[in-house]
Amino acid sequence: MSELLIRNGHLIDPASGIDEPRDLLLRDGRIAGVEKPGGFAELRAAESLDASGCIVAPGLVDVHVHLREPGQGHKETIASGTAAAAAGGFTTVVAMPNTRPVNDSVEVLKWMLSPERNPAIHVLAMAAASIGSEGEQLTDFAALAAAGAVGFTDDGKPILDADLMRAALVRAAELGLPVSQHAEDPRLSHGAIMNHGAVAFRLGLRGYPAIAESSIVERDIALVREIAASHPTLKPHLHVQHVSTGAALEAIRRAKAEGLHVTCEAAPHHFALTDEAVGDYDTNAKMNPPLRSEDDRRALIDALLDKTADCIATDHAPHASWEKEVEFDRAPNGITGLETALGLALRILHREHGMPLRRVVELMSTQPARLIGLENRGTLRVGAEADVAVFHPSEEWSFDVRQSRSKSKNTPFDGAAMVGRVRATVCGGLVVYRA
Amino acid sequence: MDPAPSHFPYAPGSLLAVEHLEIADVAGILRSASKLEAMEHSRRGALLAGRTIALLFYESSTRTRTSFELAAKSLGATTTLVSDKSSSIEKGESLKDTGLTLRALGAEAIVLRHPSSGAPFLLALTTGLPVLNAGDGMHQHPSQALLDLRTMLARLPGLGIDADIHAGTLSGITVVITGDIRHSRVARSNAMLLPRLGARVILCGPPELLPEEALGMGSVEMERDFDRALGQANVAMMLRIQKERLAGTTLDLAQYIERYQLNSERYAARARPGTLVLHPGPIIRGLEISGEVADAAFSAIEQQVTQGLAIRRALLARALRASV
Repeated sequence: MSELLIRNGHLIDPASGIDEPRDLLLRDGRIAGVEKPGGFAELRAAESLDASGCIVAPGLVDVHVHLREPGQGHKETIASGTAAAAAGGFTTVVAMPNTRPVNDSVEVLKWMLSPERNPAIHVLAMAAASIGSEGEQLTDFAALAAAGAVGFTDDGKPILDADLMRAALVRAAELGLPVSQHAEDPRLSHGAIMNHGAVAFRLGLRGYPAIAESSIVERDIALVREIAASHPTLKPHLHVQHVSTGAALEAIRRAKAEGLHVTCEAAPHHFALTDEAVGDYDTNAKMNPPLRSEDDRRALIDALLDKTADCIATDHAPHASWEKEVEFDRAPNGITGLETALGLALRILHREHGMPLRRVVELMSTQPARLIGLENRGTLRVGAEADVAVFHPSEEWSFDVRQSRSKSKNTPFDGAAMVGRVRATVCGGLVVYRA
Repeated sequence: MDPAPSHFPYAPGSLLAVEHLEIADVAGILRSASKLEAMEHSRRGALLAGRTIALLFYESSTRTRTSFELAAKSLGATTTLVSDKSSSIEKGESLKDTGLTLRALGAEAIVLRHPSSGAPFLLALTTGLPVLNAGDGMHQHPSQALLDLRTMLARLPGLGIDADIHAGTLSGITVVITGDIRHSRVARSNAMLLPRLGARVILCGPPELLPEEALGMGSVEMERDFDRALGQANVAMMLRIQKERLAGTTLDLAQYIERYQLNSERYAARARPGTLVLHPGPIIRGLEISGEVADAAFSAIEQQVTQGLAIRRALLARALRASV
C-alpha cells in the first residue's frame, strides 16, 4: 500500500467545485480522500508533502504534443518529452501522429503507448485520420480506438478534402471521439512562413493570411452542422487545434452558441506573443499557425476568458538546434512548450487579465481531460487517478532553457518572465517531479 | 526616430539592414566614400592589404558582385568568390557551415547575396564575422540604398556628395518608387532609409505589387496613379518588373506598360523639370522604362553603378575597421 498526503495546500478542483484549503490523500494510485486542513491528522501516512502557500490542482492535461517517437529521437523521445511535461505540471499528454512512420496503425500506436518507452507520466495518442496523413484514405478508426487512440488528426496538415473530413467526423462520432483539425487551407497559405501583415512585409517574408485558418474552420463547422442534422443519433465532435485568429474564434463562438459540439485549444505562444517576436528572423518564433497580430492575440485571450476556447494546449514541437539554425524560410515549424505553459498562463491570463485560478485549472486540466473523455483525470474527486500538480501561484521566475528536460531547446521564452512555479507533480500516486 | 538597437548582437561593421544605421553612421560611410575616392591610388591600395574578404553569392548578380569585388581589390584586399553553382553549397552544406569554412580559411568579412530574407542575420550570428548584406530575398539591399543616396546627393541641386548629413538633408525632396515593391529589397531599403534624412517617399504600383501593408514600413505614402505620383517627384526610382509576377495580377503586360512605364512622353507631360531618374538594375528596356529615358541626361542609372563602387569601398573599410 502506497500513501501520499498533500497537506496545507489550497485545493482547486473545478470538477467537484472545490476552491478552498484542503488536505489531499492519495492511496494506491487513486485519490483516497479530501479533508479540511488537519483532517488527516490521525493518519500516519507513509509520505507527506507540504503544500503550504501552494495550489493543489488535478494534474495538467495537454491534448497536443509532439513526442517525436518513433523516428525522430534526435529531437525528443517519449521519455524526455514526458520528463519535460512532468516538470511543467502535466500528468497526461496526447501525442500527435506525425511520427516516422506516421501513427496510422495499431502497431505504431501500441509501440508509442508501451511502458517500454519509459514515460514519466501518462501518454495517450491521437492516431492519424488518413493513411500516412496523406489525406486520401481514412485509417481504421475502430481498430485504432480499440487500441487506445483518443482522437483522430492529420496534425501538421489539414484534412483538406471536405468529403474525407465529413467521413472522419462521422466515423469518429460513432466511436465517441473527436476529429482534431489543423485548420489551414494551403491554397491560401501557400509558401507563407509568418503572419500576413506589416511585419512580414517589412521582413520580406510571405504572409499567411487569417482566412487560411478561418475558412477551414467555417467549412468544418458546416460539416458538423450537416452531419448532426442528417444523423440524429450522432454528435460529431470537431476539435480545432491551436486557433490563432480572431476570425476563426468568432466562427467557433457562433458554432457553440448553436449547440454544435465544436471545441478548440489555444497555445500559450499565441496568447503570449505577436508576429513582432520574429524580430531578426528568430526561427524560434516560427511555428504553424504563426504568431499573429495584437488584435488576434487579444481575441484569443477574450476567447479564453469567455469560454469560447476550451483548453490550453502547448503544441510542444521540439527540433534540434541545427535544424532551427538555418534560413528562416527553411526552418521547421514549432517550439517547445511543456515547461513554460503554466508560467505563461498564470502571468498573462491570471495576473495581467484577471482570470481566476480556477479557470486556469479548468483550461489546463478539467476541460482537456473531458475533451478526450477521461473521466478519472482532470479531477481530484475520491476514486480518480492520483494525478496532482502542486504549484506556487505567484512565484516569479524566469525560464532558463539550459535547465529544460526536453532534448530540444527551441523556445522563444528563454529568459522570459514566468509567474507561478510547479513545486511537485504526482502521477499515479508517485512523485514524478519535485522542484 | 533612430531605431538602432542598443543591443547589437552582430559584429561591428556588419550591415544587415538600414534600420541598424544611425544617421551618424550614414554620414561616416558617405564621408569615407569621398575620402577613398580622393585618396592617392597607392595609399588606397594598401588599406586592406593582407586582409581577406569572401563574396558568398547564392544568386546571380552582375553589378553588386562586381562592384564589391572591384571595391575590395582597389583597397588591396584578397577576395574569394563562392557561388552556389560551384561549391559545396550544391552538396547541401548549410549556410552556417559554409560561413564557418570561409572563416577558417581566413575570411575577415563576408559579403552575402542570398535568396532567403534574413539569411545575413544568420550568417552574422553563426560566424561572428562582419557581414555585408548584398541583397537577401525580398528583404533588403542596404548598400543599394546608400549608393542611391549618394547618387541623389551628387545630382540634386543644392546638395553634393559632401553635403552635411542629418535628419533634414533631404527635406523638400520627394522620391517616388514605382513598380514591384512587394518583391523588391531595393524598395524596402530606400523606403526605410530616405525618410530618416527628411525625404518624402511615395510608393507607387498596382495593389498586387504594392499591398497596403507596405505602409507599415513607417514614413511612406502610397499613390496608385503613376502620373499623379510622377508630378510630385524630384527623384523617380523605377523598379524592374518580372513578367511572371504579373501572372497573378489583374494587369497584363500591356496594361502595366500603359499605366506605369516611364517613357519620354510621360516624362515630358508629367514630370517636373529636372526630375532625376534612378533604377537599381537590371533594367528591362521597353517594360518599366523606355530606352530613351534610361539613356537620357536626366537618368543617373550609370552613375548609380559608379557610386556603388565608392559606397562599397567605404562599407568594406568599415567592416574591417580600417581607418580611412
